[in-house]
Amino acid sequence: MDQLVAVLIDGIIYSAWLFVAAVGLTLIYGVMKIVNVTHGSFYALGAYAAASITGWALAQGMPPSLSYPVLLGSALLVTLVVAPLIERGILRFMYVKDEVVILLITYALFLILEDAIKLVWGVNPYFIAEPYGLLGSFDVMDLTYPYYNLILVGVAIVCGVGLFWMLGHTRAGKLLVAVIHDTEVSRAMGINVERMYLFTFTFGSLLAAIGGAFTAPTVSVVPGLGIEVIVLSFAVVVIGGLGSLPGAALGAVMVGLVRSATIHYLPQVELFVIYLVMAMVLAFRPRGLFSIAEARKI
Amino acid sequence: MRPDRTPLTLLLIGAAILAVGPFAPQWTLFLLTVALAKGLVVLGLMMLLRCGLVSFGQALYYCLGAYAAGMLGRLYEVSGVFTLMLAGMATSAFVAFVLGFLLARYRSIFFGLLSLAISMILYGLLVKTEALGSSDGFNVLPSTLFGWRPADEWVRYSVLAVAAGVAVIAALAVHRYLGTPLGRLAPAIKDNEIRVEYMGASARQAVHVKYVIAAALAGLGGALAATTVGHIDPEMAYWTTSGEFIFITILAGTGSVIAPFLGALIFGIIQTVAFDISPNTWQMVLGASLLAVIVFLPRGLWSLFRRRKAA
Repeated sequence: MDQLVAVLIDGIIYSAWLFVAAVGLTLIYGVMKIVNVTHGSFYALGAYAAASITGWALAQGMPPSLSYPVLLGSALLVTLVVAPLIERGILRFMYVKDEVVILLITYALFLILEDAIKLVWGVNPYFIAEPYGLLGSFDVMDLTYPYYNLILVGVAIVCGVGLFWMLGHTRAGKLLVAVIHDTEVSRAMGINVERMYLFTFTFGSLLAAIGGAFTAPTVSVVPGLGIEVIVLSFAVVVIGGLGSLPGAALGAVMVGLVRSATIHYLPQVELFVIYLVMAMVLAFRPRGLFSIAEARKI
Repeated sequence: MRPDRTPLTLLLIGAAILAVGPFAPQWTLFLLTVALAKGLVVLGLMMLLRCGLVSFGQALYYCLGAYAAGMLGRLYEVSGVFTLMLAGMATSAFVAFVLGFLLARYRSIFFGLLSLAISMILYGLLVKTEALGSSDGFNVLPSTLFGWRPADEWVRYSVLAVAAGVAVIAALAVHRYLGTPLGRLAPAIKDNEIRVEYMGASARQAVHVKYVIAAALAGLGGALAATTVGHIDPEMAYWTTSGEFIFITILAGTGSVIAPFLGALIFGIIQTVAFDISPNTWQMVLGASLLAVIVFLPRGLWSLFRRRKAA
């Protein structure tokens, strides 16, 4: 019984992390039809920016309770600089190319960003433990959990609900849904699709950076941080269906629970189970669980 | 029609490698052998790319081939280099034959993602298998040539000679295959699959055959890499390894069976030189070259040769 509760709590925390890390990927695919490998770079950028800026601010005597908005602000700052640069500078010339070719282009950009991060921040690890330790911890049965993990769950819920609300209830969101549905007709109806692309790429990347920023206090921020995130987010969004928001949520919960269950009961298969789930879903529903049938083009 | 000069060129390149090898410094022999091993993998990816398929999980077969070769040595003390390569090839081809029934139905991004998922399954398995050294992997026994072990200063050269021979044979075979009706279906499948089916050919079957051949080549390359490097680890199945292979495929282009080996060599040189000059920015150099090739040479480096011929 204790173990089951532990599995659930760990699963929820891990799902929350996965959702924040992956949801931007599905948004970008839905609107732009790009499988974006740089997503992992933005995760790493967010983590680095958050760790260095928050660390610096704390050293200047900032009260530790302010570090949470600073984490968020650093993610925002670094994304607003880098994402528009990539979209306007490179990606916008590539939209005419094949889906697979664009994937390769983002892979090239990922390689470049990976080293750019090393050039800016060096290769030594960054630590900021204050935001993590500050809140203390709570006990469930015999297990101790830091309150900080609840922040991550909160961030995930805010991101998910916020996205739903934005897509369904704001003007920008409704225009975006139109673009997702049919780019050419949207353009004909007078929607500025170029601006939508810029906005989507920046916003999707921002979500990854936020994921990185709020993970930074719980790990040591080292080079190569984003590499694993890429495949994990691929797995999450592919399970749910590329481009589907509820799909990303479902994928995150599935992967999160499966992983925490295997960590508790059968740690040898931990990594392999995630990709097994991904392969099984792809084998039976190639377009993911929340997908709409698509006619075969002649 | 221009006479087909590819077989002759291949044989000449192979002979040149054998002739120059004894006088070249050891590190270039190593670089060349690794390039040949990777070139074999890329040769297979090239076949798939010709029908418009990009596999983000070819490292699966590279790693399988390497582990098949390594385990033969570890469990049964087999060290014959040809036996090891055959084992690597057979293992990969068999797995691909089984998985092919599923994968041959997939196209575009979904083919890539499913192959990625499967290769990551192998990675996840190997990382947690303590008997095979978990994430550290294990060392591979030095291999022999029909029971004969060359003197230490000749080891690198003899491995290179074997690699060059195998690569030339593989390239000739694939070149031959590309000229057969089944091989010529590839660009048609890329263009329009439904028309291929109306013509009475099965696209699924053609893709399955190519997938198995590509996997066999990757397994061969993996076994070769294992004997050359002398060490194998699960990283060989990780997605970054697949990314590297796709990188070389795009760099090389699909114009000729020589292109993959040339691409792999250039990749090795860029990597070595860039790493030497500044260890922290070599990936940046690779990324920038990939970007440049996609934008300026969409048909890969090989198109440079083509254009000159046409002019």
